Amino acid sequence: MLKIATRNREQATIVAISGDVDLYSSPQVRKAIIGLTEKKTPLIMVDLAEVDYMDSSGIATLVEGLQQVGKYKGELKLFGLTAAVREVFELSRLDKVFQIFEDEEAAAGSFAQG
Amino acid sequence: MTQSTNNKNAHGRLLETVEFRLSSDPKLLKIVRASVAHLCELLGFTPEQRNQTTLAVDEACANIIKYAYDGKTDQPIEITARLHEDRLEVILRDYGKKVDHALLKSRDLDDVRPGGLGVHLIQSTMDSVSYDPAITEGNQLTLAKYRRVNAQDRNA
Repeated sequence: MLKIATRNREQATIVAISGDVDLYSSPQVRKAIIGLTEKKTPLIMVDLAEVDYMDSSGIATLVEGLQQVGKYKGELKLFGLTAAVREVFELSRLDKVFQIFEDEEAAAGSFAQG
Repeated sequence: MTQSTNNKNAHGRLLETVEFRLSSDPKLLKIVRASVAHLCELLGFTPEQRNQTTLAVDEACANIIKYAYDGKTDQPIEITARLHEDRLEVILRDYGKKVDHALLKSRDLDDVRPGGLGVHLIQSTMDSVSYDPAITEGNQLTLAKYRRVNAQDRNA
């Protein structure tokens, strides 16, 4: 079962996803992320460390989130990608479109520097 | 699920055939992935090859659900996995709307937008992807992934 937990870290909101993100579960991820973009949350960090599998519907959901934050000049960053999930981003050639960080500290640090 | 064993003496001897029949419900995709991953492991695929094959079959099932069956969750999907000595061949059969495969071409990856990625992922992960044009009802897609050659893997 997919689990999604949201918490705040300074000015950022962290969305921690756990489980497989596929055609069945990606609507839950979309609900969480689009819910934040509708509130114009300025900084969103998506924790993918506990995601072992993501398909194109999951990728599409994150692309939609990225597009939405762009509309209000917010930021959406990803961190903790497992090897399997990173490969899907690379195959999609979206690894260069997203800001991807090794871990939460690196992602949070990038906001501080920005 | 049914299983049979054949010894067809073609290029890359056929070792096993495993057949699944499931309804077009996205909640069952995890079962398909687990099964395909296991078959890949039986063939000695590397983790990377296993992940790629699992992704491709999952994306193909998702496309059947979305496009051939318009999201209906009670329609049949038949999956036949043929384990050859040198490759895994997966045949996906549906009885839904005929899909115009010219429209399912791989998307322009410079066009960053939600959706349209599934076909690209299938084509970029599998060694061969083909639709059977002779099928009159529904669609039949055949995917194949070759095992990375390692002489010590088998007959050791």
